[in-house]
Amino acid sequence: MSASETYNKLVPEPTPHSTPYWEGLNERKLLLQKCRSCGRIRHYPQPMCPVCHSMEVEWSEVSGRGAVHSWTVTHHPFHPGFCDDLPYTLATVDLAEGVRMNAQLRGARPEDLRIGLPVRVAFETVKEGLTLPYLVPDEAV
Amino acid sequence: MSMREKAAITGIGETVYSRESGRSVLSLQLEASLRAIEDAGLRPSDIDGVIPYGSAVVAEEFVTNFGIGDLRFSATTPLGGASCVAAVQCATAVIAAGVYNHVLIPVGRNGASQGRIGTRVQQMPQFRLVGEFEMPLGAIAPAQLYAPMARRHMELYGTTSRQLGEIAVSTRANAILNGNAIMTKPISIEDHQASRMISDPLRLLDCSLESDGACAIVVSGIERACGLRRTPVMVMGIAEGHPDSPSVITQRPDITRLGLAKAAARAFDMAGVTHDDIDVAEIYDCFTYIVLCQLEDLGFCKKGEGGPFVESGAIRLGGKLPVNTHGGLLSQAHMVGMNHITELVRQLRGEAGKAQVAGAEVGLVTGNGDMGDGSVAIMRRG
Repeated sequence: MSASETYNKLVPEPTPHSTPYWEGLNERKLLLQKCRSCGRIRHYPQPMCPVCHSMEVEWSEVSGRGAVHSWTVTHHPFHPGFCDDLPYTLATVDLAEGVRMNAQLRGARPEDLRIGLPVRVAFETVKEGLTLPYLVPDEAV
Repeated sequence: MSMREKAAITGIGETVYSRESGRSVLSLQLEASLRAIEDAGLRPSDIDGVIPYGSAVVAEEFVTNFGIGDLRFSATTPLGGASCVAAVQCATAVIAAGVYNHVLIPVGRNGASQGRIGTRVQQMPQFRLVGEFEMPLGAIAPAQLYAPMARRHMELYGTTSRQLGEIAVSTRANAILNGNAIMTKPISIEDHQASRMISDPLRLLDCSLESDGACAIVVSGIERACGLRRTPVMVMGIAEGHPDSPSVITQRPDITRLGLAKAAARAFDMAGVTHDDIDVAEIYDCFTYIVLCQLEDLGFCKKGEGGPFVESGAIRLGGKLPVNTHGGLLSQAHMVGMNHITELVRQLRGEAGKAQVAGAEVGLVTGNGDMGDGSVAIMRRG
């Protein structure tokens, strides 16, 4: 899929708390929030650490490697922008850094999906200024 | 101060359920509300509290249309599909504090004919995180967001699509007995298995309806309730629970569990009853898996045993725990679970017609919404 002027999928609306995440994707990096006080990595971005309640945050590049926690294979066209992708797999993944992410998983047959399947993050620039993450099987593992 | 038996449901009302009402949501809600008020033997001006659903129809509309002279309380309980039972908890607490006598809780929508529910989620503030981080990647509709819960349950515990199908089939059989249900054609497990895949493992017949109509109840303080027209249905125990990662399922530490798991013990403790005392259960059924999950989270069976539990016939009429005797959101209509409350009231009054559970004295109703907020009420015939 290439960048297109007629991009018709839903687009994110970044907030002051999430802008570095999206900017990181544009640089093909997975940047996650890290609490400056207790060092805990968290995702999705939010202003406060739920453990120590510090609002001081830094952004840490993570490995992008993880294992499948669960998934769904979507067949129904819920949105016109995704009709051409059907069927597509959405995987919920436990990243090595201890947080979850959810993204499309490409390059794996539905019958091969299992809890624990190693995956890694890849990046796709879908339109000017918007790069999205997706997942692929991590063949190196 | 306990909320136990401080309030009762004294009136219920429903419109015809359809896929195209041809009317405004306001007029639907007014009709159902008026029926509930008349069912209780009250006049509209007797209502002194209103807990509307969301922001589509606000309390002021009921003041204006019913000529309520002194509305003493209004609130909303924004828990999606858990809102209706949570509203009963709110009503019960405020009644116990002596603020008002009779509270109206209306729900109504043109969910089929105006704006499909699945595509409205991104506009809702409680789904801001899903809207920013999941919807742009293609995880848009509730079926897609709930499906990974069911998939993980299947992988961990061996739960099967046919077991989910049993919930769809049993619920449909009950809808056929109801008289005000949208889906009235019998279905089999094979029909379920042949229904098209929506978002694996959820098939079309695992998903609830989108419907038009309205449904309302009146909750009254116990002293007032006993002098009214109908047998009161007493609120014995009631609670709400919010899951960890309340608005994002995929971020939840245990994605096979709902907020209800936190509320269930509180409600049973307050009610002072055990699971064996429950004669009938109306379980929020946005998806078949969510019924199975709640049966576990409520403690009717252990986590992971929901599949064999439903497969045994336990939830059928005549089974150990008849569930969704009206046809639920899967086959009667999607009234955000208010129709589950009205059905429980009918069962405990002994007015559930062909779906009546013989001798039903104590029952349970749940709500589930906004990706896992839960609510549960245990009630008895007064």
